[in-house]
Amino acid sequence: MALHKGRGFACINYPIGMNLGGDPSQALVHSTPDGKFMVTLSAIDLGQGMKSVTRQIAAETLGVPIEDVYVDTADSDTGPHDMGSFASRGTHRVGNAVIRAATEARQQMMEAAAEELEVNASDLDTDGKGNIHVKGAPGRSITVSETAIAAQFNQGRTLAGRGIFLIPKSDVNDETGEMSTVTCFAHAALVIDLTVDDETGEVKVDEINSAYEVGRALNARLVEQQLIGGAWMGVSHALYETTEPYYPERDHGPVDFLGYQMPGPGEIVPHNIAILERPAADAPFGGKGPGEMCANPVLPAVANAIYNAVGVRCDRLPITPEKILRGIQANGGARPQARR
Amino acid sequence: MSNVEFRKDIFADERDDDFNEIGKPRIRQDILGHVTGRSRYYDDHLFDGLLHMRCVRSPHHHARIRSVDASAAERMPGVRRIVRPSDVPNNLNTLLSLIGFGRDDEPLIASGKVAYRGEPVLAIIAETEAQARAACNAVRVDWEVLPHVLDVEEAIKPGAPTVNETYPNNTFDYGRFDHQKLRFGDVRKAFREAAHVVEAEYQMSPIEQAPVETCGAIAAPETNDRYLCHTGTQALFFSLGTTAKLLDTPSSKLHFIGGTVGGGFGGKVDSLTEPMAVLGAMLTGRPVKFQWDREEEMQVGAPRGGERWRIRDAVTADGHIIGREFTGFFDSGAYTRLSSYAIQKGTGHLPGPYWIPNVASNIYCVFTNRTPATAMRGFGITGVDFAIECHMDRVAETVGIDPIELRILNSYRDGDMKPHRRLAKNCALVECCQVVAEKAKWPISQAARSASSLTGSSPERASIPDTAVDEEGKIGDRRNREIDPAPAPGTKTVPAGTRQPGEMKDAGPQRPDMMPDAAALGLKRDQASAQRQVRAAAPSAHGAPQPVAPAQVRPAAPAAAPPAAAAQPQPSAPAAPPAREPGPAPSTGQPAEVPYQPDKPFQRGVRRPGVSPFLSGSRRR
Repeated sequence: MALHKGRGFACINYPIGMNLGGDPSQALVHSTPDGKFMVTLSAIDLGQGMKSVTRQIAAETLGVPIEDVYVDTADSDTGPHDMGSFASRGTHRVGNAVIRAATEARQQMMEAAAEELEVNASDLDTDGKGNIHVKGAPGRSITVSETAIAAQFNQGRTLAGRGIFLIPKSDVNDETGEMSTVTCFAHAALVIDLTVDDETGEVKVDEINSAYEVGRALNARLVEQQLIGGAWMGVSHALYETTEPYYPERDHGPVDFLGYQMPGPGEIVPHNIAILERPAADAPFGGKGPGEMCANPVLPAVANAIYNAVGVRCDRLPITPEKILRGIQANGGARPQARR
Repeated sequence: MSNVEFRKDIFADERDDDFNEIGKPRIRQDILGHVTGRSRYYDDHLFDGLLHMRCVRSPHHHARIRSVDASAAERMPGVRRIVRPSDVPNNLNTLLSLIGFGRDDEPLIASGKVAYRGEPVLAIIAETEAQARAACNAVRVDWEVLPHVLDVEEAIKPGAPTVNETYPNNTFDYGRFDHQKLRFGDVRKAFREAAHVVEAEYQMSPIEQAPVETCGAIAAPETNDRYLCHTGTQALFFSLGTTAKLLDTPSSKLHFIGGTVGGGFGGKVDSLTEPMAVLGAMLTGRPVKFQWDREEEMQVGAPRGGERWRIRDAVTADGHIIGREFTGFFDSGAYTRLSSYAIQKGTGHLPGPYWIPNVASNIYCVFTNRTPATAMRGFGITGVDFAIECHMDRVAETVGIDPIELRILNSYRDGDMKPHRRLAKNCALVECCQVVAEKAKWPISQAARSASSLTGSSPERASIPDTAVDEEGKIGDRRNREIDPAPAPGTKTVPAGTRQPGEMKDAGPQRPDMMPDAAALGLKRDQASAQRQVRAAAPSAHGAPQPVAPAQVRPAAPAAAPPAAAAQPQPSAPAAPPAREPGPAPSTGQPAEVPYQPDKPFQRGVRRPGVSPFLSGSRRR
């Protein structure tokens, strides 16, 4: 009876958004009288940070500080249409719509400022701190707030914009499967180290090393949270969870979190992450959604590591101690594979 | 425990990282509300006279409903309304009808028969949740139990019971066939030429999305003959559109509010609770809550479906995969929901992130007598990635090559043709493999270390080969005879190079001034700007801001003298919604130096002594 160390690898790519398109998102941006900006959406914040990432995108595109932007979302009376938060589409689709809306609003803002400063709008730039200045002459400037006041009360001009992002729906050939899928793909590769107890069949995941390519991490912290949470979910999916333990039979399905097992806070695995950024041409600032793909490589990497540890191929999820022990028994004992 | 490093050195020549906000670790807009327990979720909205709706559900996998007797339930205390299938104006729907995909196949409340254990056959609205539950238990249903089928491959055999009358063969239709095909090259030829053939089967188990907040909605009559609905949906307009369709009501009568959701992971797209709650409000004229308990969330709410995958690889002696064949089964449960779409997404994803010159796959969307499956994080991809990556390990073992080196050897590169007949671009698999090998101190060969996603393609890899196609598996054929579900040998050839024109590309901005240039987005490559063409209607406007309309060119004179009103606009500023809860000074994006300290302790909820539980307003104060 012994503990066996194992190491497994897996790598994946992941399509961003509804694969065949047909999933529009809209955004509206407008300025309050004193130059703060409201972004109005119908996107859903599931905890992934939808409001925060669209707020950053709007602030960057407008050229104003993030404190001067607020995202209001998901009131169907005021928010324009959006398909929803699924298929890793939020950042990509809604982010692009926000860029377009904010670009139009910025254009109005620059024209209003140009009128105040009596210059051409194309000679102006923002400093990201709430000022608009003549390029090369930072002294000749006006604040965003003064610009909005002038636009509203002197010029009779709205500082507003609307944006939509749509990849038109494409069809699939029934004979060859030919289709125009999305072209924005995120990537990941991952190494799992774990220990298998050949007496109990229990698996302890010791460490994860990973490399995720996300186009651009629009918010470093939100990406980190997604990747850590996603890896936890992958471990849980691989080793613990099922609503139908005797699938395809439906007996003994769990009805609460006592029967539906997941790793607890004490079982969160140390995780060393490297983030790579190869921007996608059609993504907002090149950013691809990391939301879904982060769990995917964990499942096969766990299965491969268990094989490496004790020589049992576990091809049916979840990989319970029972399945590992039956495998060890069928092999006449643990068969550790070559250490890596 | 965890640490993150940014490898800015990789692909550095494709990026400009000079931004004010993008890439910065800004704190969440809504974090203060979350960590102080004050963010409002759908269930935090309180209404005077709120009623509660519960469902009577089928205990059988498959049964005919002879009769439903709710006479005892109707007389029970607190019961306000029995909701029958006939109360649903348009009691048949399929979610993706909103994008024109598939046929209506699922009732909101079943009549005639049930096709899975847990399917609702009646709903009861009562003053309290306990009264609604008690009344549901008092309903007597006369069932005629029917034979059922739970296994995907049993379900497609001749003589299997029909699960879903809309799809009588127990499979979703893909054009002329009962499965989605993918054909590229000729896998049979590859198997004949291979040094090794590696074959295995993989099975995903259904799992629960397991959000902390279960699915639910609260609907209330609003003034002016409209209905308000607070919902935890992941897709506000999906839910609104589905509700409008099922209840045959103009969408303008529906006012949906959501956006702050206690976890979704795919389980809150199905839009079942919103139509129920709104229907309840319409029938009673009172606010109605329809909310799943944890058991419903786990056993009635749609899980990630079970998937079965068989993979067969043709491999050369030196580890090149020259052919890969998939046979896949998605267990859709009793109704379609979204599985049909996931199969096409999965098909476009094959054969994974590798260049393989011969690929064939048959994927089936199969109806069985179980809870309908739906989306979950990685939908259409997670299952097949598990299968592919376990299979790669088998191939590596068979050939006797390091698993990471095998991946890099077969990895797709920029410019490679994918089996769905479009070119790969923006690849980064090789680099991910190299970085993680370095991080984990997993030694790989010099050749693997020096590979790149940017190089390695060739005219051969970029071309579409002669492709063997077949006509096996036409809709309905499998009802008459047993047919091997794996891809059949080709009966004719689609010539090399065959593809439809067209590339997946966005529709472009509506007008040129909605388009920033590529440099402003931090993209450096020429290909990046080439992709960003504006619509044909405004062809010349790429990137160049233009005056929007002549009307906007005004004389400067009136603006020169600001009126007094403009000098003091501050009183009107509060018209903006409260951007931040009271608390720390507006953050500059960095976490506040001093932790937030409330001036006085929070009041939690409204259930203080002497306060009516039927207070209207918000649970969070």
